[in-house]
Amino acid sequence: MTGTFLGMPTFPEAARAATADAQLRHNLRKATHTIRDKRAEAVGELDDWTRLRAAGKAVKDRTLRHLDHYLEQLEASVTAAGGQVHWAADAAEANRIVTDLVRATGERELVKVKSMATQEIGLNEALEAAGITAYETDLAELIVQLGDDLPSHILVPAIHRNRAEIREIFLREMAAWGTAAPDGLTDDPRALADAARVHLREKFLSTKVAVSGANFAVAETGTLVVLESEGNGRMCLTLPETLISVVGIEKTIPTWDDLDIFLQTLPRSSTGERMNPYTSTWTGVTPGDGPQEFHLVLLDNGRSDVLADEVGRQALRCIRCSACLNICPVYERTGGHAYGSVYPGPIGAILTPQLKGTGGELEASLPYASSLCGACYEVCPVAIDIPEVLVHLREEVASAGGAGHRVEKAAMAAAEWVLDDDRRLGLAQRAVASARSLVPRRLPGPVGAWTDTRDLPDIPEESFRQWWRTREKGKRKRS
Amino acid sequence: MRIALFITCLNDTLFPDTGRAVVRLLERLGHEVVFPESQTCCGQMHYNTGYRRDAQKLAVRFVKTFDDADVILAPSGSCAAMVRDNYPRLGAAGSRLQRATTALAPRVHDLSELLVDVLGVTDVGAYFPHTVTYHPTCHGLRLLGLGDRPYALLREVRGLELVELPEARECCGFGGTFAVKNPDVSAAMGADKARNVAATGAEVLCAVDNSCLMHIGGTLDRQRAGVKVVHLAEILASTEQEPAQL
Ligand code: SF4
Repeated sequence: MTGTFLGMPTFPEAARAATADAQLRHNLRKATHTIRDKRAEAVGELDDWTRLRAAGKAVKDRTLRHLDHYLEQLEASVTAAGGQVHWAADAAEANRIVTDLVRATGERELVKVKSMATQEIGLNEALEAAGITAYETDLAELIVQLGDDLPSHILVPAIHRNRAEIREIFLREMAAWGTAAPDGLTDDPRALADAARVHLREKFLSTKVAVSGANFAVAETGTLVVLESEGNGRMCLTLPETLISVVGIEKTIPTWDDLDIFLQTLPRSSTGERMNPYTSTWTGVTPGDGPQEFHLVLLDNGRSDVLADEVGRQALRCIRCSACLNICPVYERTGGHAYGSVYPGPIGAILTPQLKGTGGELEASLPYASSLCGACYEVCPVAIDIPEVLVHLREEVASAGGAGHRVEKAAMAAAEWVLDDDRRLGLAQRAVASARSLVPRRLPGPVGAWTDTRDLPDIPEESFRQWWRTREKGKRKRS
Repeated sequence: MRIALFITCLNDTLFPDTGRAVVRLLERLGHEVVFPESQTCCGQMHYNTGYRRDAQKLAVRFVKTFDDADVILAPSGSCAAMVRDNYPRLGAAGSRLQRATTALAPRVHDLSELLVDVLGVTDVGAYFPHTVTYHPTCHGLRLLGLGDRPYALLREVRGLELVELPEARECCGFGGTFAVKNPDVSAAMGADKARNVAATGAEVLCAVDNSCLMHIGGTLDRQRAGVKVVHLAEILASTEQEPAQL
């Protein structure tokens, strides 16, 4: 079974271990740099990128503003096309709905298309508790599942693993889950992909229930859309008898026309491709073709609260392309596990604390997991101003005054008191200057970490302010 | 032209050479400079760490201090960006603070913008006989959009050899309180930046923000890399008669 993120340490603690892991740093650097260069090239080809980005943002904003309307429309369209719609307020309710639906089929196994929403609610664990086995069919998800590991990237959940590690996992674990890895398996990517293909094929052909997520849900027609690279998704979406799609309410878009924008921006932003290899769409059921039973579980799980926050709501525009992860210098050095949640990287740093609230220690540490360099905002295809939301959430954390923030608040207030009066600032500067010979190269206490790897600058004898004053006096005397 | 200096608290206290260089440079170009003494700090650290109220008070002070200035120079990319991009978000929509800061924002410039866009010069008559590499800093790059301006100014400096910095657009890892709250990641980023700087073989690393330079310079010093960090203002103020001290 797959582990859980529960009980994760705060970001700085998890990051300390990650930054010290040379192999991990190497794997991540290589992967993120390759994909970011590819993205830059694919985006650079379009001369209307800025317009596409603005259009994507506008569509999402408009949909979010009238989400109640579009959701009702979506429900009506899905129902009219022969599907059934279920509403889930939180993870527990969503898991219960899916479990009951699977039980009703009499099956104990199902195949899954990679889906963030089902990871968010811990569906696999809930199904396991109910005696149902869920098989992940996305190659990277399969690696994570077989390795009893946690995903560390939105698009490439096993980004933290290299070929040699994957070979070992396949050899060790595949047999227990179904078709074993072939003898003499090498760590050649092709050989690894073939082993996965054979292993998965057996599942696709024998399993009668599938669970998917969706990248988009078109309200106008009730059509769900999945973009993927391997074709495993298409197998899951067409071969089984029953299909259950768990979709966050924010995935709704009004019309097929709107889809046009995202079919251009999503693949370029995520894999650096002009178009993704497989785009599957399904609308209700079609007699005699594909799944004969279709259920759409619409998931809230904190999204309505995010929607109510004027600054934070832009996070719901996210189309999970992962461009922000790949460009983020912090993610590059820590990997996804340090973020302790399904959504890692810059988007995770704002989405997780918003969906779960900033009460927990991990959630309260996430808004600080950024140097505010702005690279994430620059690449985001729907222009989510992640730094703005980070600062907004920091405000929430700081004003709650939790662990460590009381001292910080006092220090900030003291600094503000000095800075709110130029005479006080001048006095403070003189005090610092007169003690300059006493300031050690390495500082004690919480700011000591700064001087562990850096030397402090020399403190000058005279501030600019003092110099200016002396100069002005001299000028006046002369004139 | 009469130019009001916003020297910024960090420059004022720890890097007065930068402020003096700005004065020398602008006066050499024939402009009048003033330093409104009631200025203190833009409040960037407070704002970025989540202390909006404290930042608001400092913004009010800033507005009062600089309200009658036509052109304001902030020789710090991140402080210029704070005033220009974040101040208008500090006050509630339609509030006095929001109106005042929105009106003030376009008058605030970083040094390279002031020289190139407002004063229309790229050759400021500087002399600096050293190999220099330039780090474009996140706020200068993404919030201010300085683009080619700093390079254009450096290319005109006599004696200066400009060498390209690998992975220049990468953040150095300072990020204000980020360096304190996430010391391991910050140090890892700083180390990579310092390695890239050292790899250029340049004698000097130049930027428009002393906070980033302090972080990278502190890392370079600890590694005994022998590279000096110098603010753009000091290079541009340097002349044959009065060369900058390395
Ligand atoms: S926040 Fe933007 S860049 Fe990041 S995953 Fe979402 S859409 Fe992509």
